[in-house]
Amino acid sequence: MSGKIRLATVWLDGCSGCHMSVLDTDERLIELAQKMTVVWGPYVDHKEFPPDVDVTLVEGAVSSQEDLHKIRMVRERTRTLVSLGDCAVTGNVPAMRNPFGVDAVLQRAYLENATLDAQIPRETIPMLEARVRPVHEVVQVDVYVPGCPPSAELIYSVLSALVEGKEASPRARFG
Amino acid sequence: MKTPVRVKTLTIDGQEVGAREDQTILEVARENGIEIPTLCWLAGLSPVGACRLCLVEVRGVARLLPACVTRVEEGMEVTAHSERLAAYRRSILELLFAERNHVCSVCVSNGHCDLQAIAMKLDMTHVHFPYQYPRLPVDASHERFVIDHNRCILCTRCVRVCDEIEGAHTWDVIARGVECRVITDLNQPWGSSESCTGCGKCVQVCPTGALSEKGRSVAEMSKRRQFLPYLTLMREGRR
Ligand code: SF4
Ligand code: FES
Repeated sequence: MSGKIRLATVWLDGCSGCHMSVLDTDERLIELAQKMTVVWGPYVDHKEFPPDVDVTLVEGAVSSQEDLHKIRMVRERTRTLVSLGDCAVTGNVPAMRNPFGVDAVLQRAYLENATLDAQIPRETIPMLEARVRPVHEVVQVDVYVPGCPPSAELIYSVLSALVEGKEASPRARFG
Repeated sequence: MKTPVRVKTLTIDGQEVGAREDQTILEVARENGIEIPTLCWLAGLSPVGACRLCLVEVRGVARLLPACVTRVEEGMEVTAHSERLAAYRRSILELLFAERNHVCSVCVSNGHCDLQAIAMKLDMTHVHFPYQYPRLPVDASHERFVIDHNRCILCTRCVRVCDEIEGAHTWDVIARGVECRVITDLNQPWGSSESCTGCGKCVQVCPTGALSEKGRSVAEMSKRRQFLPYLTLMREGRR
């Protein structure tokens, strides 16, 4: 296999819409697949994030301790890190909890709105960070792809540049 | 006999242009097809120089000058586009985004917003400053309109249209810095305002989703601004 790039995708605090939008590139995926191998992410079943990844697409904001741990590890093992979509780029909807604080959010979700055995979970699920942050506030980001979600056309233009080792500078509005 | 209009000549981005002495750099630039980005400026309202997006370089002047409120002068050499200006303009936009909660994807004005459109036009890829996430009120006490302070960029277009065109002066500005906000009457709920005529001009001129009509959902609030130059034109000379 000559010249296939290693691509990973990561899903942090987002709705999976950006991942769906990648799939919306439809038959162009076949063309892209000639030039890239998907080595990790929700699309494939690999347990460990591998080393030496050329491009990682990150969907979602950094909201929990797990997100934080994941994105730091991903950054270390990735050459070109792409913030994919408004949640990764701006914090977007997940960050709407920030003006209220994490306690108020947990209270509302797990106590006020619970009907049976109301309690705030403290085990097995990742603890929330005090503030939701866009990816670039935590690690260095190389490419920013705005949109909620970014259109399939935009994602295709970014991916087709990156698989050729070219620079991508997508232009689109937020939202 | 009318007093003759004096003409000034100057250059903008190297292009020689002629102007009336009472014109601003922005007006002359626009007349000559030179695009200078603006947010607080709106045709038909008096300029205030609030947003600083229209900053330009003038040779021999150390600081940058807002084109919308700077009069032309003979021999002026204006630079409206440079890397330095582009960087400053992006920073200004980023500060606006960081200062309040602009969540385009769920905003009533998504797709019809001046701030959102300019951010794309000026290649703002992301916000370098830490977001502030202030906790701000939404006042829906008016029968037909809503003000969401999360989306307000303090351009004062609403204040000026209400004062200069409608003549009601319901809107004004209170406090300074991060505390600054637009208010109705004596800082009371909009719905209890006695001066508001309910004309909705403020809603139509607001560049973002800060002012909207009730009942509009995400991306449904597009603004109609055609009335403004028309009204100003019709009133010219009657003041
Ligand atoms: S409410 Fe709208 S028009 Fe008024 S100052 Fe804020 S952004 Fe400008
Ligand atoms: S347009 Fe000139 S300062 Fe806002």
